[in-house]
Amino acid sequence: MSILNSRIPEGSISDKWSNHKANIKVVSPANKRKLEVIVVGTGLAGASAAASLSELGYNVKAFCYQDSPRRAHSIAAQGGINAAKNYQNDNDSVYRLFYDTIKGGDYRSREANVHRLAEVSPNIIDQCVAQGVPFAREYGGLLSNRSFGGVLVSRTFYARGQTGQQLLLGAYSALNRQIAEGGVKMYTRHEMIDLVTIDGKARGIIARDMVTGEIKRFGAHAVVIASGGYGNVFFLSTNAMGCNASASWVCYKKGAFFANPCYVQIHPTCIPVHGSQQSKLTLMSESLRNDGRVWTPKKLEDAEKLRKGLIGPNDIADEDRDFYLERRYPSYGNLVPRDVASRAAKERCDAGYGVNSEGKAVYLDFKYAIQRLGKGTIEKRYGNLFQMYEKITDTDPYKEPMQIYPAIHYAMGGTWVDYNLMTTIPGLYAIGEANFSDHGANRLGASALMQGLADGYFVLPYTIGDYLAGEIMVPKIDTNHPEFAEAEKDVTARLNNLFTIKGKTPVDHFHKKLGQIMWDNVGMARNAEGLTKAIKEIQELRVEFYKDLLVPGELNNVNPELEKAGRVADFIELGELLARDALNRNESCGGHFREESSTEEGEAKRDDENFAYVAAWEFKGVDVEPVLHKEDLVFETIHLTQRSYK
Amino acid sequence: MADKILNKIYVKVWRQNNPTAKGRFETYTVENISQGNSFLEMIDILNDKLILEGKDPIAFDHDCREGICGMCSLYINGHAHGPDTQVTTCQLHMRKFSEGQTITVEPWRVGAFPVIKDVMVDRTAFEKIQQAGGFVSVNTGGVPDGNTIPVSQEDAEEAMDAAACIGCGACAATCKNSSAMLFLAAKVSQFAKLPQGKVEAKRRAKAMYAKMDELGFGGCTNTGACELACPKSISIAHIARLNREYLKAKIAD
Amino acid sequence: MSNFLSASIGRKVFMSLTGLFLISFLSLHLTLNLLLIFDDSGNLFNQAAHFMATNPMIKIMEPILALGFVIHIIWAGWITLDNMKARPKGYASGDQLLKWWAPSKNMFILGGMILVFLILHIFNFWVKLKITGDPLLDKATGTGIEMHNTYALVSNLFIKFPLYDVIYVIGGILVGLHLSHGFWSAFQTIGLSNINWMKRLKFIANLIGVIFAVGFSAIPIYFLLKF
Repeated sequence: MSILNSRIPEGSISDKWSNHKANIKVVSPANKRKLEVIVVGTGLAGASAAASLSELGYNVKAFCYQDSPRRAHSIAAQGGINAAKNYQNDNDSVYRLFYDTIKGGDYRSREANVHRLAEVSPNIIDQCVAQGVPFAREYGGLLSNRSFGGVLVSRTFYARGQTGQQLLLGAYSALNRQIAEGGVKMYTRHEMIDLVTIDGKARGIIARDMVTGEIKRFGAHAVVIASGGYGNVFFLSTNAMGCNASASWVCYKKGAFFANPCYVQIHPTCIPVHGSQQSKLTLMSESLRNDGRVWTPKKLEDAEKLRKGLIGPNDIADEDRDFYLERRYPSYGNLVPRDVASRAAKERCDAGYGVNSEGKAVYLDFKYAIQRLGKGTIEKRYGNLFQMYEKITDTDPYKEPMQIYPAIHYAMGGTWVDYNLMTTIPGLYAIGEANFSDHGANRLGASALMQGLADGYFVLPYTIGDYLAGEIMVPKIDTNHPEFAEAEKDVTARLNNLFTIKGKTPVDHFHKKLGQIMWDNVGMARNAEGLTKAIKEIQELRVEFYKDLLVPGELNNVNPELEKAGRVADFIELGELLARDALNRNESCGGHFREESSTEEGEAKRDDENFAYVAAWEFKGVDVEPVLHKEDLVFETIHLTQRSYK
Repeated sequence: MADKILNKIYVKVWRQNNPTAKGRFETYTVENISQGNSFLEMIDILNDKLILEGKDPIAFDHDCREGICGMCSLYINGHAHGPDTQVTTCQLHMRKFSEGQTITVEPWRVGAFPVIKDVMVDRTAFEKIQQAGGFVSVNTGGVPDGNTIPVSQEDAEEAMDAAACIGCGACAATCKNSSAMLFLAAKVSQFAKLPQGKVEAKRRAKAMYAKMDELGFGGCTNTGACELACPKSISIAHIARLNREYLKAKIAD
Repeated sequence: MSNFLSASIGRKVFMSLTGLFLISFLSLHLTLNLLLIFDDSGNLFNQAAHFMATNPMIKIMEPILALGFVIHIIWAGWITLDNMKARPKGYASGDQLLKWWAPSKNMFILGGMILVFLILHIFNFWVKLKITGDPLLDKATGTGIEMHNTYALVSNLFIKFPLYDVIYVIGGILVGLHLSHGFWSAFQTIGLSNINWMKRLKFIANLIGVIFAVGFSAIPIYFLLKF
């Protein structure tokens, strides 16, 4: 029997959330005023949670490393947000959204959490409309929907190609209102560098003021981690430069279990890497696959000529083009889910058919759509994306096919939480991408925004009350408590240590090296040999890091290199855990593909008998192997089947 | 297709160790830069070189590097976000520069945006403007169904045009008066166009306007520089709507 | 109301309204002045000048017009000074976005130059007409009514002193440039503009700018060429 208690409520799947809400404790308004909550991160989950908690009467302290909460990386989400509104009369329902999400996640998510997510999804749309989010509308003035990969209904709400931005600005505006009213104290350019626990309960954080370098203590009755995912462990990803896992990682090191780190989503349509100096990868919306056809040359010699720049894509006749997705998956064609499309592109490039100078790109061609629909229609649908592509690559996608390649995009894994979104440390919560709970082994398009806002607006504000109701007699947390002093001493020593190594190598070099190890061995296709090698290489890298790191500048001033050093130190450790988890999970599911567990045609093969569990890792020390705890996934409602897109 | 290499360029950049220090320009030589690199990648490469030479790297703001977070700033060769249209600095590429060129890099020069370090500025003033009224006063929960109030497609689109603002500050940085009017107008206009935001449109316009003046931004003289510098091409027609909302509110007072 | 007067937009509304008022005055002024070139006998112009000098409505408007100028000028100074304070330190690389001569960037300078011109203009004509008098004014003929020969005063200046022709041509162009921005900007400030109307207003503003520049410059050029 696992020590993990997921606290899944009793009752049928559709009654669980109502039953739970009826049974959990509520804090009276008078007591809410006495309680403090810290929220780390101000993306969709963090901003919506901070605002909602403050509206309820709690005293909230919110933190972000950017100069404004509005800049959190939720802002970069393009496509849309799902909700089971059934506005299109296409037989959508809470159950269908629930089912699609479980299936899309390759049956590795928790049923009860996903059903709750589907249940609250309609409320999110209502909330955002009320906040003045300018969703796309039909001529009649009603909300418009578009369809997205992997589902049969049209349930995605959107605001042009900037849905994430608009939803975040909605949550940000709610947050601003609370800041103005005094319910939220906002700390921008502050980075959480440690969690403080007193008697086993989360009681505050240590943060570094990124302008003055000052180390500060903040106390609260509960701490909420909403700091996003760990995609930057791979160095090159679609995440923002500053995205990091440090807040989650210090919680892990203080006892919060970390779940399913090997589930990382690789997005198939990103602009390929050029040269070795690239800092970040740019995503091209998944919606492009609706009208673009993916291909590589049929002949190896053509691919070779393309790589050398001797010919262009338009010199290759249609019959010499291999539309490999249409060939391999005739029924879904170019619209197979993200993980499948990504692996197929890698397969082609590994076989020598890559088309850019590095041999790591395939074509996404709009020639056929333009012939069929006319340039005007394509321009209306994708004009802004085409313009963005041209700005970056200097090629005109109306005339020449786009080059695309998969890139790390989203982390399904994260801090382990129970049904209340509480981690294994009492009083410590994780919401949004930072937790692991809803997307299983693969996330469907337009579901990240849904989950972040569901957690922040409609789940956490209820469930946190269940814990805080027991804390009403606890006075304001005294930051002079020895645990705070201890934590502050630790982080100061840690920063000093990083700063005083004064080796010869700037932090980015280590980060790039880590990224290379991860991408090569823990990327789209993994095997035991590669993973074992990766673990060893990462350990060696860690030793080298602490020997040869060079952090310039001053401790008590703006110092981006010092910030990066702290983050990369954590990424190195997280990368190792990621590889370990991938090694442990000897099955292929969703974004995690083990070559040992595949069909003869090279398709993923899930192993429900041995791996239908959440792998939650417990920290035991930096050089000590972490302990694996298993939370068995019980499917009461949905019957498990092998995904097929043939 | 293949990008050319710039053998040598000169980067003349503002260095200032802290808000109170006296700053100065320093010129650095950067070699072997692919024109396919983004401008910020060029700064990354320069910083790497500075670190290895034992010097302090240039502190600059940046985050998403795909033109949406609004974190990056930089005034490059007389242009906010550099000499390209509809881009943020992170989307600016080295193709826009030529061999041997000297590139002058300055922080936003706006009184209300004090320099923090080097070319990094403090845009808290923008936060304060938003906090003064950039919201619809609704709590979580208890709101009507999203389709209860129809919104015409034109209104939704126009609201979206305004809502595209990323809060980077290029408008104020480029305006000869350091005015934040386009920033302000984008929010006021977005909400004024939607029934949900209209309810408190007057209060909002007045409060945000007063805050902008209080924070020391200049006034608008309709030069239109802001809309040209705006990476999201937000039209100054929104400023007209802001003015209209404000005057309506004032006349009613 | 007091905070409205001092708010940046309140001040701009004053600029806008006085500006539009001054444009209406200039329109009348230009229309009447063009009579100078349509009747070489000067009768039409003299009659118009006489009407302007004696009509009670115009007399009432005269001090209001002066006040309009004064407010427009003082407010311009106030706004410009405050706006300069908003940027304590300028850019070493300057502004490469708008052309250096763009009227919108140079309204204060254009206005200042127009002010200098205006003072000269007042000394050339208004002072002589209203205060000091001038021998040239005595010779009005041909209309049967007693009136100044304002035409003689104007034509004498433009025919005898080519330097003034140059100055007046420049003055006309300055006014045209000032209005090419001022006209649409006034509507923008009081909120009477939107995405469609902005284009129209800008077009009209440019048209007005050209009309005023050409119209006012035409008069000295006419006298210089014809006589």
